Amino acid sequence: MLPSIIGYYSLILGFICSFFIIFFSIRNFNQVLKLDTKILSFSFLQLTFVVISFLGLVLSFVISDFSNETVFNNSHTAKPLFYKISGTWGNHEGSLLLWLLVLTLFIFLFLLRTKKQSKQYRILTLLFQQIIIIGFFIFLLKTSNPFNYIYPIPSEGLGLNPILQDPALAIHPPILYLGYVGASIIFSAALSATVLNYISKKWASHIKKWVLISWVFLTFGILLGSIWAYYELGWGGFWFWDPVENVSLMPWFALTTLLHCILALERRLILTSWVVVLSIGTFTLSMCGTFLVRSGILNSVHTFANDPERGIFILVFLFSLIFLSIFIFIFFHKPDNKSQINFSWLSKEASILFNNWLMMYFLSVVLIGTVYPIFLDVISSEQISVGPPFYHRLIIPFLIPFLLIMAIGPKLSWISTNIKQKLNLIIFLVISFFLAGFIVVNLNVEFLINTILIGSSFYLFFLTLSDLFRNKLINISQNISHFGFSLLILSILFNNIFSSEIITNMKIGEVYKKDKIEINFQKIEQKKEKNFNSIIGTFNITDSENKSITLKPQLRIFNQPNIITSEADIKTTLFSDKFMVMNVVQNQEYFNIRYQIKPFMIWIWISVIIITLGGLVSFYRKI
Amino acid sequence: MKNKFSILLIVFFTFIFIIFYKGLNNSNIYVPSTQVEKDVPDLKVKLLRSQNEIELKSLFEGNEFYLINIWSSWCGPCREEHPILMNLKNQKNINIIGLNYKDNKANAEKFLRELGNPYYEILEDNNGSKSIELGAYGVPESFLIHQNKIIRKYIGPLNQNLFTEINSLIK
Repeated sequence: MLPSIIGYYSLILGFICSFFIIFFSIRNFNQVLKLDTKILSFSFLQLTFVVISFLGLVLSFVISDFSNETVFNNSHTAKPLFYKISGTWGNHEGSLLLWLLVLTLFIFLFLLRTKKQSKQYRILTLLFQQIIIIGFFIFLLKTSNPFNYIYPIPSEGLGLNPILQDPALAIHPPILYLGYVGASIIFSAALSATVLNYISKKWASHIKKWVLISWVFLTFGILLGSIWAYYELGWGGFWFWDPVENVSLMPWFALTTLLHCILALERRLILTSWVVVLSIGTFTLSMCGTFLVRSGILNSVHTFANDPERGIFILVFLFSLIFLSIFIFIFFHKPDNKSQINFSWLSKEASILFNNWLMMYFLSVVLIGTVYPIFLDVISSEQISVGPPFYHRLIIPFLIPFLLIMAIGPKLSWISTNIKQKLNLIIFLVISFFLAGFIVVNLNVEFLINTILIGSSFYLFFLTLSDLFRNKLINISQNISHFGFSLLILSILFNNIFSSEIITNMKIGEVYKKDKIEINFQKIEQKKEKNFNSIIGTFNITDSENKSITLKPQLRIFNQPNIITSEADIKTTLFSDKFMVMNVVQNQEYFNIRYQIKPFMIWIWISVIIITLGGLVSFYRKI
Repeated sequence: MKNKFSILLIVFFTFIFIIFYKGLNNSNIYVPSTQVEKDVPDLKVKLLRSQNEIELKSLFEGNEFYLINIWSSWCGPCREEHPILMNLKNQKNINIIGLNYKDNKANAEKFLRELGNPYYEILEDNNGSKSIELGAYGVPESFLIHQNKIIRKYIGPLNQNLFTEINSLIK
């Protein structure tokens, strides 16, 4: 009761703070004085109110206050405390409140951390950010109030969707939002820098920190989502090209490209148009993602409840931001100084530029694959779904030049280059392709494309690895991330090529044999947990080398809401994952068993962590 | 130059805005049944048992109703809906055609031996492309066809309610 009421009113108070901030900012903008401390105080006050409001919602979830509609819809008394708390942002209303919390937190930090920048720039950034914050306040209060009151008070809640009850997923949204919202700071800062003609090498090095931190969170957030899908959904893969996955990937492409442009801007004061457009693009793509996911316009497994009113609000808001940015870009943006643009095709700039275009190509492929079905549906009422083959066919071939440039680019110098270690580079290239050919020739896969792909990845892998040992600390962050990327592509390729699977129906006591693999279905047990009952199967698997392991996949029967989920059992080793799921078969005696061997699975996660680590190293070197 | 460019940009984004706006109004997330009126696409399909290739359209005759059911032995919800299909098989006026989605033949056969075979004909879809061409999102999914037109589309497993709906449609 009380926490909800407090939460609601402090949300309104926080909203009112926005107007004070805007009022003082505009008054202070043209004065010669320093930044008005009232602006800082009100920003802090706003942050405090939003924090109180958020805690009010968390508390309502913890004490299971079912007079609150959000709690009633998404919680249940039998849920463990951890999931009661994470349930706060496992729904539409709560997750928007979290967005708002992070928005106000970041702009406050921005004000604190930019004391050395010009006052006008700080104030204008704050103003742009307040436009976004006000948009979210109105959105929350008008269409998705998390504190709606219901009467009579129900005695029990409806429960959180069981597949969301998972530790990785509990922290996935907050981390991802930190990335998205960081992008909003970059957006506001880039717009205000454009208006004030403030873009300089110094500005680049200041904004780079924000780009890095958002990039780290975004990358890590995507990783968590992917891990969750692998362990929880039990489809046996790490990426499904589901629209909701795609919308988190698109800002990542834009942000990664932005990161590289900022480097060029910081050193050479070039690519300013790229920087501005990408700063705008990253945030609008994040917002566009929110729109596509929340409005229910897309067909996806993760779509939340849809409500056209919400959809229209985000849509109008999103496009107001887009038109505002276009207006600012066209009227205020000054293109690069011509004398700076001279660089040879064999230079760092050229390689960054080339890979930028490739990144934009990947981004367009994903964007088109995600929104094309909507366009087609509207224009011709035809319904299609775009599947993995589309993405694979369009993206994979272009990974080859992408990888090669990633390997060679950092070796080049700015403006133009005389490569000193030509021989070295060529020797590595030959070795990589030779090794790749040697691996592929023994396998039953297409020779040419696989050799070139694996060869290019090996090339990047060996070059970055040798640099890690040779150069010690020069460019270490770039080196780590590029190394991680090569490892990622290699793991994905090997994972694809070497995976194998067995699908069969078995009853208890049955033994299944195929290709020297023996699956022995030993027994099933029943177990009662706090919020579900589980049936646990015990399987003993002996492989061709006579090693045996025991896997215990589960079926979980949740009572609130009534859903059966299958929990895969996965044995992870350094070289492969053994993955098993079971499903019920109608006539009880039999269970449907899916057993998969997925090589190098863990390396996919590790390599993304390495990529993120590179970003972190770079971030800590900055401060 | 700059002006033309800006007009172009604005026109482009306005266009996208309109499309999204319209898309919102006919949004369709996992509605269990959608009313559609669409011709059956021209599609060559392979019969699972005989491995003969035929035109999909050649399966549909006269005034009969047909239900294309996309299923797979590995798919949990397909087992759930199977009894409904077995009941539906006993109705007059309707023939059920199974489209076996990304499955292997032995498992599919085993599945049917175990749970019964409701299908009048079984087609093969090894890589899932036939289902996509039909307009499916995943498994299980069913299309009700009459006079060479898809008249209803059922996303997700069939249940008792949908069973009643189909029954009333084919009467």
